[in-house]
Amino acid sequence: MFAYYLDLAARSLKRNKVLTALMVLAIAVGIGASMTTLTVMHLLSCDPLPTRSGTLFFPQVDPNPYPDGPSLPYDMMDYRSAVDLWSAHRADRQALIAHGQLKLTAPQVNLPPLMAQVLSTTSEFFPMFDVPFRYGHGWSAQDDASRARVAVISADLNNKLFNGADSVGRTLRLKDSDVRIVGVLDAWRPSPQFYDVAGGRFDDGQTGDFYGRTEDVFLPLNSSSDINPVGFNFFTCWSMPQSDATLQTSPCVWMTLWVQLDSPAKVRSYRQFVADYAALQKSAGRFARADNTQLRSLMGWLDFNHVVPSDVRLQMWVAFAFLLICLFNTVGLLLAKFLRRSGEIGVRRALGASRAAIMAQCLFEAGLIGLLGGIGGLLLTLLGLWLVRRQPVAYADLVHLDTAMFLATFALAIAASLLAGLLPAIRASRMAPGLQLKMT
Amino acid sequence: MDILPILSTLRRHKITAWLLILEIALTCAIVCNAVFLVSQRLERMNLPSGIAEHELVQVQLANIGNRSDAEARAKTDLAALRQIPGVTQVALVFQMPFTDGGSSNSGIKLDPQQREDTADVTQYMGENLLSTLGTKLVAGRDFRPDEFVNLDTAVAALHTGDLKGLPQVLVVTQALADRLWPGQSALGKQIYLGQGLAFRVVGVVAHLARPNRLSKGVEYSTVWPISMNVSQGASFLIRCAPQERERVLKSALAALKQLDPNRVVLQKRTYDEARHAFFANDRAMTGILVGVCLALLIVTALGIVGLASFWVAQRRRTIGVRRALGATRANILHYFQTENFLLATLGIVLGMVLAYGINLFLMMHYELPRLPVIYFPVGAALLWVIGQIAVFGPALRAAAVPPVVATRSV
Repeated sequence: MFAYYLDLAARSLKRNKVLTALMVLAIAVGIGASMTTLTVMHLLSCDPLPTRSGTLFFPQVDPNPYPDGPSLPYDMMDYRSAVDLWSAHRADRQALIAHGQLKLTAPQVNLPPLMAQVLSTTSEFFPMFDVPFRYGHGWSAQDDASRARVAVISADLNNKLFNGADSVGRTLRLKDSDVRIVGVLDAWRPSPQFYDVAGGRFDDGQTGDFYGRTEDVFLPLNSSSDINPVGFNFFTCWSMPQSDATLQTSPCVWMTLWVQLDSPAKVRSYRQFVADYAALQKSAGRFARADNTQLRSLMGWLDFNHVVPSDVRLQMWVAFAFLLICLFNTVGLLLAKFLRRSGEIGVRRALGASRAAIMAQCLFEAGLIGLLGGIGGLLLTLLGLWLVRRQPVAYADLVHLDTAMFLATFALAIAASLLAGLLPAIRASRMAPGLQLKMT
Repeated sequence: MDILPILSTLRRHKITAWLLILEIALTCAIVCNAVFLVSQRLERMNLPSGIAEHELVQVQLANIGNRSDAEARAKTDLAALRQIPGVTQVALVFQMPFTDGGSSNSGIKLDPQQREDTADVTQYMGENLLSTLGTKLVAGRDFRPDEFVNLDTAVAALHTGDLKGLPQVLVVTQALADRLWPGQSALGKQIYLGQGLAFRVVGVVAHLARPNRLSKGVEYSTVWPISMNVSQGASFLIRCAPQERERVLKSALAALKQLDPNRVVLQKRTYDEARHAFFANDRAMTGILVGVCLALLIVTALGIVGLASFWVAQRRRTIGVRRALGATRANILHYFQTENFLLATLGIVLGMVLAYGINLFLMMHYELPRLPVIYFPVGAALLWVIGQIAVFGPALRAAAVPPVVATRSV
């Protein structure tokens, strides 16, 4: 049966090559466009840390002393609130994060000085985010406290400076200070780089930069502020900072705190803890609003920041509209094709073929077109992804076709063509056998 | 041409006819909206910056070194850059129109008692900023040298409450002046910042776009008599003749390196490159949308060709009969052309409704303006033309059917 239908379908497709090519091409182009955009969308909207994301949370408080500030808390925290919450150690794990740049040279490495992106954090950053190490390990809580001059570097920087060799124990010169490398990361490319996400709601949908590479150098926060007390980026300030003030005492928000909470009960009690802290600060006169606190989950925080660039969404909508039109096109052409064969179908019906058999045969033909279209669509998807990789976007190097998307391409192509073939197949199977015979 | 026979024929091919109509409608709706999106992007990419774009190069150095000698260093650097032949003006500025990265923005009020800010404006600072950027002053004057204060002084003054350390005046764009004081001259008017600090407008420039956050008002820009140095995040902006830019950039880098070989260069580019990079996303999106539109129109045209060919083949006998009864080739040709015109018209009417619906959806989710009315007739004409081109081939084949076909039994 299967072989017979395949033979019939192949014969029918060969009979009118132009029409067949037209249908296959329409499906292929539609599938290629949809799958390209869907793959990008899939890559950009997936969970950056599938094993851990459910237990990671992002606390926020509103340190603004003026009651007429923004209605939502700032996307970052001031030094005092962040350190207070961190040092209470009320979560299973917690890490402070601040960003900055430092001039970097490596002794015995003949390269010009470069500005390294520095992530200043605390020891639990590495175990909490499940960061993979190629050599060495992260630093300890003891190193945090003793302001140890240690650093962890990215695989990229290790390749650049030391050609990928084990550089643990070697020295880096950051600004005017020496730090000892204790760990080298393995390839690590969370997508998006979730722990850096902030301020997405102010970006007008241009959020592609959240998908960049990790920082080059990771330093203990205290050591980093010893090396360059003014070397941090701030997010915003609720009043003008004093020019000689360090960020630690400034009216600015520039740090984030991530916490790991392993059970819903702990989430509840941490939420209460943050609220209590804000209430205490309000009564101390430091905060104007105690009720303006948040504890968002990792995925909730990404949603809140609209991390998927709006252009990517728009492209996906356009591509699916395109696929829809290609489907309409295929329905029309298949209908034309099947109805032209009414004579042949009439003969088969008169010889005893059931309606179901006619329908199955028509759908088989549609499915075969889908398969051919799927192959074409796959090639076009690969071409499309190649084009995306050449775009000037931070996520360009992430874009690839994974197995799931590879299979989805064929599934979508065959589903689309079967859908397109359904109406023509029903029409063809309804033809009365006698009428067709009489006409011929 | 009598359309009644066409309608009665179409009634016998309802499904196929509707499929064609729907395909045309969808194409019409999507193409209208996609072209509208493209026009929006093009408009954005062609926004005037108000500066001498082709005459500027930027060099940004990393913020290193101690802050005490920053001021003196800035003077030495600027002097060295002015020495380069071909350089007409140099400034240390914090931001440029249409560039990513940091920008200084603030809410301003027209009345110190106001709760809500009147507008969110960007703040340009730097000595010689207006003459370096090449912005055109349309009213009032540029700053006098004695009006400038250093950023550190201004910030310290804010904290001590000593208003003498603050700048007293500012320059605004025409767009901002029109927003704040419509129909009046902005000169001499006051704006308020923060906790009721007053500043007086002394000049108005024709155009000066903000660096980013364009949705807050592309040209809501203010210029302040505040000087900055490298350690405060400023970069060198050098003006020279367009053909000299490459050479001046090289000489500038050499001059700065000579003064201090340890400095790290973060950015070295012409302004054109900076602007190009800022709109890279829009350019890519425009390309994609144009590609999709073309592909859509081609697919639809091929669909029309396919169905028309099918109909012609199916009606060969009928055509032969008509020809035998005296219909000319032109009659047959016109029959298929009219049929396509009718189907396209129905599709276009449906498509317009759909286009409007999609536009409403996009307005909600992408902050797009309403689809201009002109898109409807233009979109309709486009689809009519494409329909006629697509049906022409099959219709010619129909017209070529000889009358003798009528006498044959299939």
